[in-house]
Amino acid sequence: MYKYDEFDAEFVNQRALQFGRQVESRLSGSLSEEQFRPLRLMNGLYLQLHAYMLRINVPYGCLNSVQMRKLAHIARVYDKDYGHLTTRQNMQFNWIKLADMPEILLELASVEMHGIQSSGNCIRNITADEYAGVAAEEIEDPRVYCELLRQWSSLHPEFSFLPRKFKISVTGSEKDRAAVKAHDIGLRLYRNENGEEGFEVFVGGGLGRTPFIGKSIRAFLPTRHVLSYCEAILRVYNQLGRRDNKYKARIKILVHEMGAEAFTELVEKEWAQISAGALEVPEAELERVRAFFVPPAYERLPEESPELEAQLGSDAAFATWARQQLAAHKQPGYAIVNISCSPVGKPPGDISSAQMDVVANLADTYNFGEMRVTHNQNLVFTDVRKSDLFALWQELVRVGLATSNHGLISDTICCPGLDYCALATARSIPVAEKLSQRFADQDKQKEIGEIYLNMSGCINACGHHHVGNIGIVGVDKKNSELYQLMLGGSAEEDASLGKILGPGFDEDGIVDAVENVIDTYLELRDESERFIDTYRRVGPDPFKERLYSAPA
Amino acid sequence: MPLLKNGAIADDPYTRVEGDDALPAEGAVLVDLARWESERDALIRRDGEVGVWLTSSETPAAIAEDLPHLAVVALEFPAFTDGRAYSSARLLRERYAYEGEVRAVGDVLIEQLHFMDRAGFSSFEFSSDQPEEDWITAQSDMKIWYQPTGDERPTATQLRRR
Repeated sequence: MYKYDEFDAEFVNQRALQFGRQVESRLSGSLSEEQFRPLRLMNGLYLQLHAYMLRINVPYGCLNSVQMRKLAHIARVYDKDYGHLTTRQNMQFNWIKLADMPEILLELASVEMHGIQSSGNCIRNITADEYAGVAAEEIEDPRVYCELLRQWSSLHPEFSFLPRKFKISVTGSEKDRAAVKAHDIGLRLYRNENGEEGFEVFVGGGLGRTPFIGKSIRAFLPTRHVLSYCEAILRVYNQLGRRDNKYKARIKILVHEMGAEAFTELVEKEWAQISAGALEVPEAELERVRAFFVPPAYERLPEESPELEAQLGSDAAFATWARQQLAAHKQPGYAIVNISCSPVGKPPGDISSAQMDVVANLADTYNFGEMRVTHNQNLVFTDVRKSDLFALWQELVRVGLATSNHGLISDTICCPGLDYCALATARSIPVAEKLSQRFADQDKQKEIGEIYLNMSGCINACGHHHVGNIGIVGVDKKNSELYQLMLGGSAEEDASLGKILGPGFDEDGIVDAVENVIDTYLELRDESERFIDTYRRVGPDPFKERLYSAPA
Repeated sequence: MPLLKNGAIADDPYTRVEGDDALPAEGAVLVDLARWESERDALIRRDGEVGVWLTSSETPAAIAEDLPHLAVVALEFPAFTDGRAYSSARLLRERYAYEGEVRAVGDVLIEQLHFMDRAGFSSFEFSSDQPEEDWITAQSDMKIWYQPTGDERPTATQLRRR
């Protein structure tokens, strides 16, 4: 993964020291909360319902063991012994004291981490495919461009006070694990028919109150122009994006109101004037960054491991886990391992400091010292020898990280909700926990198959409910929590937005409703058809009937 | 209001002429875009330097042809969160090759200084309840930059290649 040089290190250090001074001023009273607010937000510090929350960037989800141990240390010393993995591949801590912030930021800076731009109306952490560089079906590794974008967007002199926050996501695979069409800018890296690398550029996707699927505004952008093209998009947005109403300020509204064609025209016109300038990525810089992402020192191994085959045959629990949690690797003899941080009955994405330490050690032993955070709030080991899988699994079992629910119904995406968040209108974690308990049975989950259940505690959609195959959103109705159900969303290459099925349910009612939806699906599906495919084939009516028609 | 210019506290020779207020008999003036457009020739002939004040919804394209006559362009931040003037400053420097004073006015906070500095602003009007020394030192809070802008200070990428 990328390693800071003296310039990157100095950059983060300067910023940490600057924020430290600002915190001192706030604590001494020379800065009011009102004056301090924009400063703390730009460094990732939110004021939540009960305490400060610090969001730490994990650039495009890549983390090494030293960093993970530091996060464990921060959880243990400065928080309540756990952290939370977010849908944007970051880590957040929910119980931070302001007085500890200067120290925490210096601790983070010492391992090349920070909270810069994890909040505020600026370009947020760049996200990417969690299998970048290793997926068997990958066309190109997107991380090189993520890193270029990370640097370009860090304290950008022009784009740090945008109309609203701005999210960029990059994938290099056919299978879209980065939800590029649900981002302000989505970049799909591929090779054209001449074998040249380039991006298809999507703009104006997003969830929140007014969800949109991103529109493709450029079919092929040579990779060396990625920064200048993004600069052109951001410049048009910075000048024309709405600033009169924060709910209409995202770029998706600008693109929608103006029309994708008119918007594209402005971007292309702006880009024509800057494309040959200093933002064109020099080949030498590309080479420098690329060198950080060369494959690790793989052993030459046969594709199949007889050891693994034997273990799969002799241990049923291991076999269940392996069938669910592994993905195909580019390199013969290696596997991608999904580590679920959404065990039954626990808040999705929570991880204790003890678990963080163990994961860091396991990464050193089995995964070249690195790991990834996924947008499904889980972890991934990208490079495990097949013959090591059994040993790794045994260690994961010991610390409660061996849940076998990757891509299954209990592997929910869920926002923190009313238990933590100042914006939420309903609790989400307790409902996600009840749902995962209802579907805890492994065989039942397996029978249901691939399905994405996403849940948010308010219409701001941090739990991505619009793009869940099943989406749940909590709203406040006459002072009680009500949960609405939507079906048919997808965040992948076939992206679509879910539609609300009918009137909402209370906390227990929504759990029953989801079960009814699942039962209906199981009755209707053609053999091995995924939930989303059945829904697309039969439409919402059979589900509506089951849920809302009065019993005979 | 105190003015930070080229890294030091400076006197402000400009009189801000609002709306249709009478122009002073002599001395430098700063007028809004409407006034400039309606009295352009008279303002050019007038004795004393002239500058134009752009609100955040007015773009430098409106004065691009007139820049040789303008000693200062003031770009307004109605609130620090309204970042349109950063684009305006960069366009003035990089697209229209403007070499005069680009002044930040309005809700100008010390935290914004390093962004403004790199976007092409050369002077900053700030609130008098803020210590002047803080403004002078704030400019050196950040010394590393990743983005190439019109000021041509080397970026991290360029420094790496030296």
